[in-house]
Amino acid sequence: MSSPTNGNAFKKNGRIVIIGASLAGLRGAEALRNEGFSGHLTIIGDEPHEPYDRPPLSKQVQKGWVKADHTKLPRMRKVDAEWRLGVAATGLDRASGVVRLANGDEVAGDALLIATGVRARPWPNPEEAKLEGVYTLRTCEDAARLQAALAARPRRVLVIGAGFIGSEVASVCRELGLEVTVAERAAAPLAGALGNVIGAIAAEMQRDAGVDLRTGVGVTKLEGDAKRHVRHARLSDGTMLDVDVVLASLGSIRNVEWLEGAGLAAGFWGVACDAGCRAFDLHGLVTNHIFVAGDVARSPHVLFEYQFLSLEQWANAVLGAEIAAHNMVCAETERRPYLPLPENWSGQFSRNIKTIGVPSFGDELVFTQGSPKERRFAAAYGRRGRIIGAVTFDYGKWLQYYGAQIERSGPFPPPAAGFDVPADARVVPAEFPARGATTAAPDVVLTGHEPNERQAEFRPRTEPRQKRAA
Amino acid sequence: MAMRIVVDLNRCLGYAQCVPLAPKTLKLSGEEALEYDPNPDDAQRQQVLRAAASCPVQAIIVEQLAEKKK
Repeated sequence: MSSPTNGNAFKKNGRIVIIGASLAGLRGAEALRNEGFSGHLTIIGDEPHEPYDRPPLSKQVQKGWVKADHTKLPRMRKVDAEWRLGVAATGLDRASGVVRLANGDEVAGDALLIATGVRARPWPNPEEAKLEGVYTLRTCEDAARLQAALAARPRRVLVIGAGFIGSEVASVCRELGLEVTVAERAAAPLAGALGNVIGAIAAEMQRDAGVDLRTGVGVTKLEGDAKRHVRHARLSDGTMLDVDVVLASLGSIRNVEWLEGAGLAAGFWGVACDAGCRAFDLHGLVTNHIFVAGDVARSPHVLFEYQFLSLEQWANAVLGAEIAAHNMVCAETERRPYLPLPENWSGQFSRNIKTIGVPSFGDELVFTQGSPKERRFAAAYGRRGRIIGAVTFDYGKWLQYYGAQIERSGPFPPPAAGFDVPADARVVPAEFPARGATTAAPDVVLTGHEPNERQAEFRPRTEPRQKRAA
Repeated sequence: MAMRIVVDLNRCLGYAQCVPLAPKTLKLSGEEALEYDPNPDDAQRQQVLRAAASCPVQAIIVEQLAEKKK
């Protein structure tokens, strides 16, 4: 066995296993070959498809313009990998580097890259979730089913949860001329990501487009007809709606269950890792040969008070996988930190919404350019007197201007941009909602009294602690 | 047979130079939000390559090889 600590032999003849065959897994594999890794590379993916891009699934695909299976990712180079697609990883033995698969096979690696991502959070009532016409949206199969349902011209679509995905699908529904109700428990759409002040603008956008937007309400019941097809939804304010299609867009759950018992710092928060993408073990000690990238990774970030951040963003999958790949095969002195300036985008209601930095890390907001009324603007987010995020609506050309200030830990409020500055540039609270309770949190407990006995023990819960109503 | 592209929409700034060069593959929704067909038909190849070359911020990523899959 060639150990990763034995640099050249490992780079030439080592075995690397990538668990996860989506954007992060693919770009990680390509980066490993670019780094000169010529050993055996295995890529394991639970979906039967070769890597595909997900952002179009809630937009072009739902519009009926692009087929759900037509978002295959372009390849940047040959990866010469053994692809194990359509079979999930079910376990990891850290000591031997063996990954167990759902079909009973085992794949051994000298180094591993965990890129198992997230899945859609299902509707919490399992019986109601099984009704025909109730959907989630994460995979290309999900997208194909939802698109077919929208194309069948339902009387009304109910979108539960007005985050980015829910809002994008609501936008498509209106573009298709479909009646759509959006039910959101917070005070406004996009409130979790952008706060209520920007959320109020998103709410106006939705209502102007003809969305029946209901905020501050949850959905308490979905009812089916005799054929078990959803027909009615009851809201927490007592309203009954007639609906033929329901999209539960309730955020995501990280795919970490397969790591149970592996002794890694893996749980509902993702897989914790250092700024070089090395996984932490259960005790918070860094491992040598297990790396993490993409949606499932959670690492500390110097710009954000060294807090551990998980970034469910496209660029995070690409850039994180490239750094992980580099650090997997390089000499210790050549390691690189992964210090991204987070960026994201969403197309909805004919607007291009972009963010840079971490808006939700802030507590204050100031409109810096353009006009909120015309929904063409830039706004900056601040925390403790420095700028930590920015959002633009159809104002993307200025995003990097704010990005540069965030990288420099510039002051908040930022100095006036000198172009298109609104008359009213007051700092206001950004109004982020309180963080919701997490679900199915495992217990980690400390045991032992003597220093050599002291250790953490992971006690997975067999039942979710509480089910969060949407 | 389809070609494969992906647009880095963080990088895309909505200049929309690409849209008239490959209108069947790249469209604007509103003034700035780009939408595109990730796997356009091979018949679109020349137009798509021209559109990719025209992007001032080089946000359109085109497949670099025809690798045997699996």
